[in-house]
Amino acid sequence: MLWNSFLLAFREIRRNVLRSFLTVLGIVIGVAAVIVMVFLGSGATIEVQRQIESLGSNLLIIRPGQRVGPAIISEARPFEVDDAVAIRDQIGGLVAVAPVSSQRMTAIVGNRNWATNVVGTENAYLTVRSWPLSAGREFSRTELSTGKAVCLVGATVQRELFGSSPPIGQRIRLNNIACQVIGLVEPKGQSSVGMDQDDIVIIPLRTIQRRVTGSQNISLIYATMRDSASTEEVKEAIATLLRERRRIAPWEQDDFMVTDLQEVSGLLTATTEILTALLGAVASVSLLVGGIGIMNIMLVSVTERTREIGIRLAIGAQEREVQTQFLVEAMVLSSLGGLIGIVLAIVSSLWLSQALKVPFVFDSGIVTLAFVFSAVVGVVFGYVPARRAAQLDPIEALRHE
Amino acid sequence: MTAVGRTDPPLIELVQVTKVYGSGAAAMHALRGIDITIEQGEFVAVMGPSGSGKSTTMNILGCLDTPTSGSYRFRGAEVGHLTRDERALLRRQYLGFVFQGYNLLSRTSAIENVELPLIYRREPASERHERARQALKAVGLIGWETHTPAELSGGQQQRVAIARALVTEPAVLLADEPTGNLDSARSREIMDLLTDLNRTRGITIIMITHEPDMAEYANRSIHFLDGLVESTVPGDGGR
Ligand SMILES: Nc1ncnc2c1ncn2[C@@H]1O[C@H](COP(=O)(O)OP(=O)(O)O)[C@@H](O)[C@H]1O
Ligand SMILES: [Mg+2]
Repeated sequence: MLWNSFLLAFREIRRNVLRSFLTVLGIVIGVAAVIVMVFLGSGATIEVQRQIESLGSNLLIIRPGQRVGPAIISEARPFEVDDAVAIRDQIGGLVAVAPVSSQRMTAIVGNRNWATNVVGTENAYLTVRSWPLSAGREFSRTELSTGKAVCLVGATVQRELFGSSPPIGQRIRLNNIACQVIGLVEPKGQSSVGMDQDDIVIIPLRTIQRRVTGSQNISLIYATMRDSASTEEVKEAIATLLRERRRIAPWEQDDFMVTDLQEVSGLLTATTEILTALLGAVASVSLLVGGIGIMNIMLVSVTERTREIGIRLAIGAQEREVQTQFLVEAMVLSSLGGLIGIVLAIVSSLWLSQALKVPFVFDSGIVTLAFVFSAVVGVVFGYVPARRAAQLDPIEALRHE
Repeated sequence: MTAVGRTDPPLIELVQVTKVYGSGAAAMHALRGIDITIEQGEFVAVMGPSGSGKSTTMNILGCLDTPTSGSYRFRGAEVGHLTRDERALLRRQYLGFVFQGYNLLSRTSAIENVELPLIYRREPASERHERARQALKAVGLIGWETHTPAELSGGQQQRVAIARALVTEPAVLLADEPTGNLDSARSREIMDLLTDLNRTRGITIIMITHEPDMAEYANRSIHFLDGLVESTVPGDGGR
């Protein structure tokens, strides 16, 4: 009987291909949306992890404030250059320490201008970020100590301000500073959170302090550890030193953070996973809507086919048999919709992952889940129409129309 | 018509059957207490003016509906005590229906229409197909198997309906104005077919008709008036 119901269902679907397709369009879109979200989300997670690992696992980021929420950092006293110096001089196991003070400024060359990220730091910055120069030279000792108006520029800034003409030796105006370009840093591409890392002008820390911020404050400190160093010990030592320097009482909490990239990676992964789950959940609402679409059409179908149901009942179909027929029909319909949705999802994920430059991750679990779910949607939303069909009075049904 | 000495019950026995639609002031007394007995192998015509209760009786006989009061025994079993599903099984097992409006599944081939009752009887596909072909052959529709109702004439559609009714070899064939939509030549063909099924296969036939011409094919005709059996008249039957 079940097999017969499948046969009848397929016949019914074949009889009206266009209507069947429109019926399941909601399911198709719902399934496709869920799968695409999950595929792309997983791809993005993997891409984020890959990029963070490429930064180097020995990097420590030290900044004022404490994380009080997923994306909220409490206010706290900024660091000063001396804090960075103390870390460099007193903490063992470090390769390089770079204080950073950054500011968004407009850079002008001739009649072109470009809002960019100006980073005041030292040569160690290039070491900690494993960022070699592609041309020119680093800052000299005197340039650093006297705060000369010199700079290194990133690929984006070079493109926007100089076009194809050679930038080295040229001058860039940053507010009232006319910086001479002495070097170019290699293109780095987008960061894991989607920021253009090449949109940067690097100047000596002393220069930004004297001529822009007018204070000794720095916004954060980068440090790289030796491979042999223990991350936990180094972090502990830095924290102790900073607590001392910032005069934090023993019963008070740290008002700064020492983060290693493992943590950052974990945090970003968690964030992308939450986003994936969220988008998946939103997409599954469309599955629900698709189910309601099926119910609607099945109800119409039951009305349209009242006479047919009457004939079946008169011939000796039992309630259960009529109900099974309509349930199976709804299930076959929505499963077919699910299958189409899966194909659509795979095709569009392949295409989207190329366009968005994230790896294509095939997750057979979510595909199975989406398929099973689409079948379940059919059963759930087919139930009411099927019940209605089964309970028709044969005499009334035969008289219908 | 005497029951003296018989051991098995009649095929169909209605005793003081009433049917009331609705209730209270709006109550419609469609049947007011009818007694009908029909034996195995009879060909009975049911006649009477419109609204006299013929279709209501037919629905009760066909186990599509139950009496408000009175008793309907089919092969001695009280139908009023059966559940909806049990009545469906009884229809599946013993009854065949032919309607004035044919009532075939549209967009479905003749052979698939005829196979339908066998699907509910869970016959295997090959057997189903063969028996449906035989039934179509019996009504003279060989060569029309794959045609859908829309591609068949009224007479042909009614023959498909008869094939569907007889494919299960039912004990009783119930026909509600089977020739109501057909011209007289087509009607006579259908009546010859029914008479033949009654004679050669022993299928009991109960047929509603308006036309005295058609009633003459039957062994007897039962006349209804205002929800009561007015008279029973022996027909030509074996003409
Ligand atoms: N479902 C129903 N609800 C209310 N009244 C009905 C219903 N079916 C039939 N009737 C009434 O019962 C009476 C007998 O109807 P019916 O058996 O169809 O007569 P016939 O078939 O002899 O024309 C009619 O007056 C009809 O209006
Ligand atoms: Mg009638």
